[in-house]
Amino acid sequence: MRGRPHLYVSYESEQSLLPTWTQRVMVGLLVFLLVLIPLQGGIEIGDRLYQPVGFLGDNAWLKILSRVAIFGIGALGLNILTGLAGQVSLGHAFFMGIGAYTAAVLGGEVGKAHWGLGLPIWIWLPAAGLVAALVGMLVAPTAVKVRGLYLAIVTLGLVFIGEHLFRNLTSITGGSQSGRKFPSLDFRLWKEEEPFLAFTSDGPMWPVFNWLDWLFGPWINFPAEMSEEAKTYLALAALLVVVVVLAKNLQRTRIGRAFMALRDRDIAAEVMGVPDAKTKFEAFALSSFYAGIAGALLVAFIGRAIPEQFNLLLSVQFVVIVLIGGAGTVAGTLMGSVFVFVFPRLVQDFSGWLTETVESGGVIGSIADVFVSTGLDDPGLVSTLEGVSPGLNVSQLNVVIYGLLIIGFLIFEPLGLYGIWLRVRNYWKGWPFSY
Amino acid sequence: MSHLLEFKDIGLAFKGVKALDGVSFHVDEGELFAIIGPNGAGKTSTFNCLNGVYKPQQGDIVWEGESILGMRPDRIAERGIARTFQNIELFAHMNVLENISLGRHVRTNVGWLAGSVWLGKAKREEMANRAKVEDIIDLLEIEQWRKYPVGLLPYGVQKRVELGRALAMEPKLLLLDEPVAGMNLEETEDMARFILDIREELGIAMILVEHDMGLVMDIADRIMVLDFGTPIATGVPVDIQRNPEVIKAYLGQEA
Repeated sequence: MRGRPHLYVSYESEQSLLPTWTQRVMVGLLVFLLVLIPLQGGIEIGDRLYQPVGFLGDNAWLKILSRVAIFGIGALGLNILTGLAGQVSLGHAFFMGIGAYTAAVLGGEVGKAHWGLGLPIWIWLPAAGLVAALVGMLVAPTAVKVRGLYLAIVTLGLVFIGEHLFRNLTSITGGSQSGRKFPSLDFRLWKEEEPFLAFTSDGPMWPVFNWLDWLFGPWINFPAEMSEEAKTYLALAALLVVVVVLAKNLQRTRIGRAFMALRDRDIAAEVMGVPDAKTKFEAFALSSFYAGIAGALLVAFIGRAIPEQFNLLLSVQFVVIVLIGGAGTVAGTLMGSVFVFVFPRLVQDFSGWLTETVESGGVIGSIADVFVSTGLDDPGLVSTLEGVSPGLNVSQLNVVIYGLLIIGFLIFEPLGLYGIWLRVRNYWKGWPFSY
Repeated sequence: MSHLLEFKDIGLAFKGVKALDGVSFHVDEGELFAIIGPNGAGKTSTFNCLNGVYKPQQGDIVWEGESILGMRPDRIAERGIARTFQNIELFAHMNVLENISLGRHVRTNVGWLAGSVWLGKAKREEMANRAKVEDIIDLLEIEQWRKYPVGLLPYGVQKRVELGRALAMEPKLLLLDEPVAGMNLEETEDMARFILDIREELGIAMILVEHDMGLVMDIADRIMVLDFGTPIATGVPVDIQRNPEVIKAYLGQEA
């Protein structure tokens, strides 16, 4: 085959996840970058330290990226149910709550005010998924009876039932507002004092990364320490990668196709031999499994589980991730969750930048002044004042832009970010003859 | 001798409106049986009864000696009855490969867990599956459309993909609901060739519902004529063409 490297010679190579070398290299680079981020490698030129990817390694950014990973896992679950199987669900927060409290009971401290068995993460994390999946199976029969908007309302009901239960089962959940402390992400083999792998304390760089020093040592300096946030991020990102591969595989095999068939034409799918009830059952179970895992991870990441977390807003957030990203695609779902968490930070940085520009004056400053209000008499879009003011504060601005973007996406690009990516890619594929 | 399929005195009514009334026929292995009749005669209803989409109130459907009346559609599909639809019912957002692969749902058995892990059983099954799908793509000459979402394909090609999806089930009986409706002469001839290929090469029995009389008379072994839900004649094409009842149903009666 020499000389014709791009020819597929087997179904296996054509159907692999990354069929071409370009894709393999690009994805490899992306994963490499994701690993580099928390290591905060820097290049010293003169007496200044440049951090090409390391700037994302500060703790605030790492927390954002960790959330992206957790919500990515949960959103991939909703993508199976809504994107692939076409079942609209507003109950994702409920399943996350089930997972979170399962984990809390199994992994929580023993003998305190709340039930806790003190088991290690390798028990409570899968168990969170499994219990959520079981509850999902109980809900599934309803989905066989009702569809579309009606299903959305039924699953909406779940969220309220869930919130009520979580508030009142105080021995499990700690009750309204206060909640309960949550087991950390530390990996213990059993109940020993010292964790086998500590994710929740600062410490020396993991020996796994020694090769980086060996490889890039002469040019790039890696700090000898690793923060708690960096370790947590790496653990969550690794989990996300595993879940992405699982989700991708599901989509290209028999059950994934059955889900999509039910979404596109349910009667035809049945006539082709796809059992309606059983398949929807599986979709609910799988989706809830992912939700349960994400719920457990989320409260472990925050360190505290409060019943009010698992409200309708959380469910809606997942629907937004799937819609903005592009329903039915794994890559789109990931883009969606990056967008939803990175975007607010960018808006915040942007308004900060605007304010600075106004204060520094000059031509650009006076243009920026139109948008920024610096005092009660000064109208503008964004306000630099605390509390009540003529302009919107940063978080209000965030919400407004967020809402506008959702509307915009639904109208102009139903395929979401993934659709935009496809268009950009196809443009450059055809370049310079792109019409 | 027992038949492959026996449709025994089926009656189907929707709140008093009789769609089918005392319809009986049988199909043998490898036979090409056609059902014709004016609009609303109950041809598609017959298919829906066979598939388990409708549940007839009266009569019995016997498949290979076993009653399939009241069975769920997916169970009937498992037993080897495949179908195409009058108004294409493809999965519009899936590509041609995925659509035809979906047809193999009943002939494969990897579950969600093995599928998610991919390595091992799922991978072997997918590769074997792909080989079968490629055979069908080859037979129906749709190679160049493999990776297109079917929603974007021209009508005639969509009809072929739908036929391919049904063939992927490795059925013993294929129900074709107006396979050449809305097609030009060339496309019709292509489709007729595919139908004959399927019969010769794969030996699958077929029930054909079609309004194109030329096609039906040319390729059918036996024909049943329905009118207002009742069978008015069953026989070989030559007899059907001369049957006065049939002519009356189609052309009306002189006053």
